[in-house]
Parts: sequence; structure tokens; C-alpha cells
Amino acid sequence: MLSYMFSDADLTALLITLKLAGLTTLILLLIGTPLAWWLARSQWRFKFLLEAVLALPLVLPPTVLGFYLLIALGPQGPIGGFVEAMGGTAPTFSFTGLVIGSVLYSMPFVVQPLQNAFAAIGTRPLEVAATLGASKLDRFFTIAIPLARPGFLTASVLGFAHTLGEFGVVLMIGGNIPGKTQVVSIAIYDHVEQLNYGQAHNLSIALLIFSFVLLVAVYGFNRNANFSLIKA
Amino acid sequence: MSIQARFHHQLGDFLLDVDLNLPDVGISVIYGPSGCGKTTLLRLIAGLDRCDTGSFSIGQSCWQDKSLFMPTHERALGYVFQEASLFPHLSVSDNIYYGLKRSAKRSQVVSLDNIIQLLGISELLGRQIQTLSGGERQRVAIARALAAQPELLLMDEPLAAIDTQRKLEILPYLQKLHSQLQIPVIYVTHSLSEAAQLADQLVVMGKGRITAVGNISEMLTRLDLGLSEISGGLSSGLSGQSEQISMIPAQVTSIDQTYGTSLLAFAGGQFTLASTAMNIGDDVRLQIRADDVSLNLEQAKSSSILNIFPAEVLEIVAETSSQVLIKLTIGESLLLSRISLKSATLLHLKVGSLVFVQIKSAALLN
Repeated sequence: MLSYMFSDADLTALLITLKLAGLTTLILLLIGTPLAWWLARSQWRFKFLLEAVLALPLVLPPTVLGFYLLIALGPQGPIGGFVEAMGGTAPTFSFTGLVIGSVLYSMPFVVQPLQNAFAAIGTRPLEVAATLGASKLDRFFTIAIPLARPGFLTASVLGFAHTLGEFGVVLMIGGNIPGKTQVVSIAIYDHVEQLNYGQAHNLSIALLIFSFVLLVAVYGFNRNANFSLIKA
Repeated sequence: MSIQARFHHQLGDFLLDVDLNLPDVGISVIYGPSGCGKTTLLRLIAGLDRCDTGSFSIGQSCWQDKSLFMPTHERALGYVFQEASLFPHLSVSDNIYYGLKRSAKRSQVVSLDNIIQLLGISELLGRQIQTLSGGERQRVAIARALAAQPELLLMDEPLAAIDTQRKLEILPYLQKLHSQLQIPVIYVTHSLSEAAQLADQLVVMGKGRITAVGNISEMLTRLDLGLSEISGGLSSGLSGQSEQISMIPAQVTSIDQTYGTSLLAFAGGQFTLASTAMNIGDDVRLQIRADDVSLNLEQAKSSSILNIFPAEVLEIVAETSSQVLIKLTIGESLLLSRISLKSATLLHLKVGSLVFVQIKSAALLN
């Protein structure tokens, strides 16, 4: 049925998209959790500067972010140049490049819900755990993370869904190489450009249904908790 | 063996300056108005707040001094907060196991079975936190703190967030801890009645400093401290009125079912109490309001009042323009009486006068 609905190229684009969104979410949870924890607890006076930088992708046109990444990661850029000098290949126009771009672009969608969830726990449960003999790390894993569970769910869904819908950053940094860096959103654009409305329909409806099912699952799971993705 | 706490802690405009020595047995109650620094002191002792110019030791263990600051989780303490603060993601038994599992390095002071029995929580163990009443939550919180095998139990107004009815349910458990466990307790409260009920030592605090420390019965009757319960406490009478209380420890010697009374021996005589809800041999505390104690120069021949004792006036102070407060001793027990200035003048009361005290009623604390 899948091969009836989608061409091979479209299936590949779907697969790359899912792989990209999954990997991006995983990486963001790994680096976003300690970062969000630090942001929620730190009293550092210049914390707001870092928070502003992290929130930039919320307001910046994706093409701007993509443009700077293209320059930085390209063979002539500081990061890409360094990688080439070390004998590697600059990550532009590759799947690695897509992942780097997506991680930066979706960062606030993962970090902010986690930060809010950690802040909502307050200090009391952690103090109680300390009086019961739990060290800092112990408290983080046995109290903070379980109590922030709704935040993790929100962060995962938002991070994943936001990466699915990415267009500008991916186009700038990855180009549009079928089978390599072509994701669904760009494939749809291509189909429309070539007036292949049927195929554009198929991919669009697939993305629509997938996103809807994902959100239904999340809201259904949290239906007793007065849940909201936005305020998280 | 003792508890030594010394803290000099500046918090904005507020200065906490404390040098305190307490015995490491029994319950030491820290009493004072809100904002006097009681909770801050407790947090400093626990290491939850950090004060670099402080020291704390209990028995052989030093938790903090000039060159050492042991983090909270390494201090062998139990802490009961004003709100039970149970972990909402864990069941009742997992809350209790949380501390127990991490107490391996500490020497055992109380077994889990003993804790469960002392606090009467065996039926609650399988329950979820959300289904517990306020009083049940606080009992579980106390059990959890004990399961961590503390050398010192810190309690920060554990009854303040609970209504009066539930307080009366919990207090007997606290007294059981007192009589059955060897763990020293530092208990913070702004209720004098709670202090009268639980304390061995009373520490009076005001504006970040220790005003006085001493045995509870003596402290309650120290007229220079002027300790009085603001209404809203366990034994409060009319609202808005402050009342002085004294506390006499006693032991149940006999129970008379015919009249529904019990005899309680105290250092100074036998007290008759209209209650049989106790056992012979029980140690109890009698809380007596100064307003319920009247004075006679002669022993009344026939009176409806059962409790009349010879006493000596130790001290008299004018409380208002019309009332005086009198400190008396019956044998070795100390008592307060509040009478009108006019009566005191008519009876020619002065320090050293021998009188008979009539105690109209007493609240049984236990």
C-alpha cells in the first residue's frame, strides 16, 4: 500500500525525515536536559543572555540560521574548515549537517518545556530528598526527572514535530539531494513546483495524519492533568 | 554529650545570631513569633541554608565548623517540614523506603517495623499519596524522616498546616516517639500549648536571638519572659485573648470508675481529674490556665472544687492596670495564677505568702 501511495524517492524522503526527527529529538533530550536543569536552578546574573540566544530560533527566519550554518559548516568556514583540516568532510550537504541544523533550530522547543517543568518542581522535594540522604546526582535522577515527566513528553513531541516541519534550515544547509538530504517538506515543495499535485497530496496527508495521531496520543495520555503543550 | 549550635548569619536586614547548647536527649522546642528566625535556624542546622560563620555538632559528630561544611545528605538527620512534602510520584511505602535505602551508612536507631507501629501507618503503606488526609500525610512524613535513621530529628511546625482536630490526632504519636525513641528532637513551633505538651527544654527566640533556654515547666512560669498563648492554640479560650499557662508533669496512680475520675500524683500532691481515659502508671502532663487558678487564704471547708493545694507565692507582677500574675509553688511544682489587682490587695498577697490554690480545671496533655 505504501508503494502504491508513494514513489521510491518519496519513501526515502519520508524515511530520512523520520530518521532526522528521531535523532534530533534524542540528541536534544541528551544535551537539553542538563542545560534546562541548569537554567531552571542557576542564579547566574547573566543567565538571561544565554536564554535569549537559545530562544533565537523561535523568532529568526530559518533561512538566516541556515545561511550562517552553511557558512560556518562549509569547507571554508571555521567549523567545516577545521573538520576538513583534520581529514574529515565538511558536514554541509550531508545528513550530519541536517542533524546539526535541526538540533540548533529545535533547541528551544525541547529546552523550554524542560526548563519550565524543572522550575515547577520547586526546591522543596529536592530538599526533602537531601535530608533523606540523597546526593545531588541521586536527587536529579530519582526526584527531578520523574517529577518532570510531563515536561519530557512535551519536549519530545515538540522537538520531533518541529523537526518534521522544518524547511528553510534544511534547504540551506542540506540542499535538496534526493536520497541524501531531501526531507518530506522539501519533497512536497518539489512536487508542487512540478505540478505533481497527486504526490504532493499523498505526502501532505501522511504528514498531517501522523502529526495529528501524535498529538492525540500525547493529549490523551495527559487528559487528566490539565495539559497544554504551549505552556507545558 | 550535647548539641552545640553557633550561627552568625546575615540575611538582608535580618541577623540571626545564635549560640545554643542543648542536651542530646528529649525534645527541645524552639518557640517564638513568626519571623524570629526559628525556621532559618533549623535550616542552618540541616545544612539546607549555608552559613560560613557557623558551627554545629551533636555528640561526637561535627557537621560544620570553620573548615568543614558537610552537605545535607551526609548529615544523619531527619527533617519534617511544615507541609508533609511527600514525593507525589512514589507510593506511601516507597516514600518511606527512599530514606531507608539511603541510610546504610548510618547506624540503625529505629527499625522499620517499629516506625510503622509507632505512627500507626501499616494500613496506609499500599496507598497512593493523593488519597491520604492531611494528618495521614504528616504521619507518613514523620515515618519517612525516621526511616533515614537520624541522629537528630528536626521538625519545623509539623502541625501548623493541619486543622485542630487533626493536630489532636497526631500529638499522641509525637509523644509516643518521645517516650519510646532515644532520638533527640529539635521542634519548632509558635504554639505555646504544643510546647507545653511536648517540650523537655524550651528555647525562646525573638528577632534572631535566643532569649532564654530552660526546663519547660520553669520557662512557662517565668514572669520576666511573659510567655502567653495567643488564641488559636489547642487550649485557647476566647479569641483574641492571650493566656498564660503552666504545665505540671504527673503520673496516673488510680482510676475511680464510680465517679469517672482519676488520681494523678505530682511533685506537690495528688490531682483529681474528671477523666478515666488513661492507664495506671501513665506519665501525663497537666496544662493549667492561669485564669483557672484562684487563691484563698484559708482552706475551704467544703468546696465543689476538688483540687485545692497549699502553695507559696514566689513572685507577683502587675500584668495590666487591673490584673496581676502570680507565680506559686506547690511542693516542687510551679504554677501561674491570674487574679484581679483588687483581690491581690484585699488578700495582702506578697512574696512568701502562704495560700491555698484552687484549680478549677486542667487540660490533660497526652
